[in-house]
Amino acid sequence: MNKQAVINSIEAEQMKRDLPDFGPGDTIRVQVKVVEGDKERLQAFQGIVLQRRGAGTSATFTVRKISAGIGVERIFPLHGPTVASVKVIKKGMVRRAKLFYLRGLTGRASKVQQRRETAETAAAPAAEAKP
Amino acid sequence: MNGLICRKIGMTTYFGDGNRAFPVTVLEAGPCVVTQVKSSGSDGYAAVQLGFGAKKERACTKAMKGHFAKAAAAPQSVVREFRVADPSGFQPGQVIKTDIFAAGDTVKATGTMKGRGTAGVVKRHDFRGGPGSHGQTDRLRHPGTNGAGTTPGRVYKGRRMAGRMGASTVTVRNLTVVKVDPDKNLLLIRGAVPGANDGIVIIRKA
Repeated sequence: MNKQAVINSIEAEQMKRDLPDFGPGDTIRVQVKVVEGDKERLQAFQGIVLQRRGAGTSATFTVRKISAGIGVERIFPLHGPTVASVKVIKKGMVRRAKLFYLRGLTGRASKVQQRRETAETAAAPAAEAKP
Repeated sequence: MNGLICRKIGMTTYFGDGNRAFPVTVLEAGPCVVTQVKSSGSDGYAAVQLGFGAKKERACTKAMKGHFAKAAAAPQSVVREFRVADPSGFQPGQVIKTDIFAAGDTVKATGTMKGRGTAGVVKRHDFRGGPGSHGQTDRLRHPGTNGAGTTPGRVYKGRRMAGRMGASTVTVRNLTVVKVDPDKNLLLIRGAVPGANDGIVIIRKA
């Protein structure tokens, strides 16, 4: 028995299949499950994706937002059960995989340029979409 | 049955236990075949001998071939004995699978830990080493003193020093079974078990 294949099959059982395609620079809204006492509710966290890292069940992504003038970053386990859903609000146009340089920027400089959907780009992801 | 012979496959992240992520070890657990049943009447103690893993017939000695033939079992690469209170329920040739465990069971894992070669006292005996500052040099990981002076004039036996570490049998207790898969012969255990991947680990009920 191939060891890595066994590990992969166990991880596949726990991984989400309905995640949207998102990457660094994108603005996303994450619905997080919050348990208060015996009640569970959803809390939204909206911001820019700074990075995605890891593979399999241990993959994570970092989201940064400015809350009341203070920069707040949260690292979410991509396949964790507390991450109820991820919605892409805006696609960003960035030239690197890790956007840590945003931490030092404020105001207009910290904005990530948006990727406009043209007929060409809109058609391309649809063709790539997995069944 | 109270234990199984397993092969360590590797570790991964698992979600559960109130939405938490925790580490699990994946084990290929059995199927194990009963190769001999020992009773207090004939052997002086009660035990069940299990075999695990395929072995080429030509790699077996004649004695082992005869031993497996007696139990009507294929040649096994690992053979281990498990003490049981009552061996009367077991038959040679009987197959034991992971379904003897259930999720939530507390188990202990016995394996051969990875060899560390010659190791210093900080790694080997959890010494603290020396101070990093206040005028100290070259004694970050030193053992300090190894005894008094003229009285007793010698180092007591059993003084913990640097030396060969690891490649010894280690048992880890109080491990929890996370998941049991009898179809794929897999066992998921929370935390780490001794030894490298592909190593043989004995899992027993605690």
